[in-house]
Amino acid sequence: MTDSNHIQGRIDWITVGFYVLFVGLGWLNIYSAVYSPDAPLAFSDAAFYNSNAGKQLVWIGTSFVLIVCILVIDFRFFESFALFIYLGLLLLLIAVPFLGVTINGSHSWFKFGSVTIQPAEFAKTATALLLAKYLNDPLVNLTKFPFQWKAALIIGIPMVLIIGSNETGSALVFASFMILLYREGLPGAYPALFIGGIVLFVSALLVKAWVIFLVLLLMAGLLVLFMPIYMQRDPKTYLRLSGGIAGIMTLALLVDWVVNNVLKEHQRNRIRVLIDPGFDPRGLGYQVTQSKIAIGSGGFWGKGFLGGTQTKFDFVPEQSTDMVFCTIGEEHGFVGVMLMILFFLGFLWRLMYLADLQRSRFARAYGFGLVGILFFHFLVNIGMTIGLMPIMGIPLPFFSYGGSSLWSFTILLFIFLKLDSHRSDMLSR
Amino acid sequence: MLSQRRNFIFLFFGIVGLLFIGKLFYLQVIDDTYEKAADNNAIRKIIQIPFRGEVYDRYGKLIVYNTPVYDLYMIPRKAVVKDTNHFCRVFGVTKEYFIKTTQRARAYSRVKPSLFLKHLSKEDFASVQDAMVDFPGFFFETNAFRTYQSRSFSNALGYVAEISPNALVDQRDDYYRQGDYVGISGIESFYEETLRGQRGVKYRMVNSNGVEKGDYKNGSLNINPVSGNNLYTSIDLAIQEYADSLMQHKVGSLVAIEPSTGEILAMVSAPSYDASQLTGNNFSKYYQELALDPMKPLLNRPPSAYYRPGSTFKLVQALVGQQLGFIGPGTVFSHAGAPVKCHGHGPVDLRGAIRVSCNPYFYHAFRKMIYDNTTGDTYERSAKGLQRWSDLVANFGFGRKLGVDLGNEKKGILPNVEYYNSVYKGEKMWKFSNIYSISIGEGEIVVSPLKMANLAAIIANRGWYIPPHVVKGVGLQKSIDPFYKTPVKVGVESKYFNVVIDGMEDAVTHGTVEADGRIPDIKMVGKTGTSQNQKGKDHSIFIAFAPRDNPKIAIAVFVENAGFGGSAAAPIASLVVEKYLKRKVDRKAVETKFMNMNYLPNVYSVVRKKAAPDSTKK
Repeated sequence: MTDSNHIQGRIDWITVGFYVLFVGLGWLNIYSAVYSPDAPLAFSDAAFYNSNAGKQLVWIGTSFVLIVCILVIDFRFFESFALFIYLGLLLLLIAVPFLGVTINGSHSWFKFGSVTIQPAEFAKTATALLLAKYLNDPLVNLTKFPFQWKAALIIGIPMVLIIGSNETGSALVFASFMILLYREGLPGAYPALFIGGIVLFVSALLVKAWVIFLVLLLMAGLLVLFMPIYMQRDPKTYLRLSGGIAGIMTLALLVDWVVNNVLKEHQRNRIRVLIDPGFDPRGLGYQVTQSKIAIGSGGFWGKGFLGGTQTKFDFVPEQSTDMVFCTIGEEHGFVGVMLMILFFLGFLWRLMYLADLQRSRFARAYGFGLVGILFFHFLVNIGMTIGLMPIMGIPLPFFSYGGSSLWSFTILLFIFLKLDSHRSDMLSR
Repeated sequence: MLSQRRNFIFLFFGIVGLLFIGKLFYLQVIDDTYEKAADNNAIRKIIQIPFRGEVYDRYGKLIVYNTPVYDLYMIPRKAVVKDTNHFCRVFGVTKEYFIKTTQRARAYSRVKPSLFLKHLSKEDFASVQDAMVDFPGFFFETNAFRTYQSRSFSNALGYVAEISPNALVDQRDDYYRQGDYVGISGIESFYEETLRGQRGVKYRMVNSNGVEKGDYKNGSLNINPVSGNNLYTSIDLAIQEYADSLMQHKVGSLVAIEPSTGEILAMVSAPSYDASQLTGNNFSKYYQELALDPMKPLLNRPPSAYYRPGSTFKLVQALVGQQLGFIGPGTVFSHAGAPVKCHGHGPVDLRGAIRVSCNPYFYHAFRKMIYDNTTGDTYERSAKGLQRWSDLVANFGFGRKLGVDLGNEKKGILPNVEYYNSVYKGEKMWKFSNIYSISIGEGEIVVSPLKMANLAAIIANRGWYIPPHVVKGVGLQKSIDPFYKTPVKVGVESKYFNVVIDGMEDAVTHGTVEADGRIPDIKMVGKTGTSQNQKGKDHSIFIAFAPRDNPKIAIAVFVENAGFGGSAAAPIASLVVEKYLKRKVDRKAVETKFMNMNYLPNVYSVVRKKAAPDSTKK
């Protein structure tokens, strides 16, 4: 019996099914986005392979080769070589400012012939692997500060390097490792603080400072009302609460300062567009406005495959890559996007279910890292097309056009499926 | 314990998912502003109507061209008029018109353009152009209407009007939209696809405010309008106008053809109308008036009016009789035994019979042709003889279309065996004595003036014709359908024409044509005819060609209710022939006489007054 038969028997075909479904639907959407009713291209036309849909077909084909490679490699490779993979990627990230080329205003690409590769896309996988390997050590306890600090370091180094090459969007993806860490024992206070911080940040932009102050007073009052009597009588309680309110208010006031002085012009504008949908609809807000028009015009049932006018007439910029969700929204309507969201959530659920079945902490942690990354892309990509998130260059996994993106997600996913197929071979610790 | 965290994580995912679905539900289902925005947002397809082809006469004189006009459109949603009085003053409309039109436009669509004001002249457009900045939501589109250099030739030209609802539904290639203009009759209709050109399409990127953002895909999908092809007609405008002036105060037709080419030199339908009145805003009012007129000025008589050919048909009988071998130049018939009578003269030969238009002669000749000198069942022999006769006569274009390039040609009637079988309800129910009227061009035979002009051309050519046509060249190449280049033989040998032409010459010099119809210095040959008319005075017919040797013009003139052919139709024909061949007319007295001659039936003026009671009050 050969090794590959062995794998076939244990690979999770449900996940593979989701993968094929997403990539297939994604391709149809890319085809629709580039489809011109006046000059439809046939598969036999050479020009077809110069269109996004043709190129994506090539990317899909090569992804299949990648999948075979991953499934053939020994499963222990990924754990054993996690550090080397990580360090290799760090080297690439360091090298990219010197050796890379600029595409769409971001100097973060390597060019090999006609193929361009963005190392930042692959850094996620490398970081997930190393983080999982680190957590595989039974002595690592994420409730303890030194371990938290080291984990933060593993995440932070590539993040800083990516920010350095002006890919803030890709860097923010690393925040998704919070899910991995939370699952592996990080105290719930951290994600709570993280989300709280975001809420504070957004509210500081949306409402006046005195409103936040009133809300905080109200919350403090409720807290006092429900706390034990001995605490209510303790003057220190009030001191702490006042200190807390003062601290939060300072942070809230800092937000304005950060937005106006630390963020760059284009980042500031993206945030302004988000909080004020009417802001400059034909300039800075153009992409969001057009995206909302395209999705909104789809209605309940959509305009039908190849029937979109907004996406077809290039009203939505980047409609094959980051804005591919618009095409779904316009052509397949509310029914289509709802199904798509439900499918994606089902996919994430399946992955988490598989991750929790793992005997090795390495495989489980990696699985949650994968889930976190996918979710973050889902959150930001769809969020930005419907005006709930600022515009960032974040693709929709498996759906968006692009070789680097499709390859990196394929590698990310199939490493996990490879590990999963060997879960009975792994040692439980 | 930690494994429960999966549920918390998924709870968080689920909340995000629900949030998205909620927002999407709001965007796609509840809020329709985005759907509206998309309508505006998309590409605006702008149709550009090209100029219709122009029409020239045979010497390159312009007959029909286009005058650019400007149509004002409004988009109700964007049209904000702060000062209605000011607006009405600028555009010269009443406040009621403004309110009514705006309401109608709103009812049609708030976002799509509606026509607000039609056909502003270039001058009016220039005067309001500067004021347009004060009126957002209003814009101009250029349009054009047909302009006519001459009041002449209207019936053959036809006119252009908005496509009718029926035609819109019936169209084959789905080209026309509501409000499009289309050629209705004459050459405007026959050459519609040549004249209209190719409509242009412009795709303009338009943002949500309706502001054009430039060409979509850099204009790569745009199609530039292509102007219609010009038509170069064979009409001699000077002759046409002259013929028109001769045909005033008359009802009838005049057709002149160049025999060697089949080109129509002039084509008059009287009474006519002023084509320039059928453009622009006057259309419906003037059209109503014309449509109700009992004299049917909209009818293009030459190809579509029906008359009996009368004695002019004797020429065909003379030719066919010779070809079939029943008569010859020396054949003589007396008046005896003929039910048709003649005026005082003795037995004549063929040439003489044509000169005096002898009815009994052609009765006998036709009898001979039908009965073929054989004996037996008269019914059977009649059918056999008529079949042979009508087969040959059909070659002259009787009973079928000649294929003139005018939309409304009628076939006419050439009675043949089938025809009489159906009239007498069965075979062998009729014989020569039932049908002899057609021997002298009366009875069942029906022709159009165009066919008779073509007959004159056939005789001038001694046995062939080219299908008559008005347009001799289309577009820059001045190309033409080979159909209008190919001679058609009528199946009568050219030697048989000599005696007929001799007879026609005699008819003009000392036969049925009166003195007014003779041109001293031109050898014109012709034949008169009097078409019997049960309703009133007979119609006067004359067909001719000139000069006798090397013919340049063949002509047919029909004047209704003018009586004997030699008295009205022949002089008019002679004037046109003289004018065409000499470019001037020396017989001024005759010219004045026939220009002023009024052959309108009395009933005409009476009915006209009834039809337009308003004009009598004034």
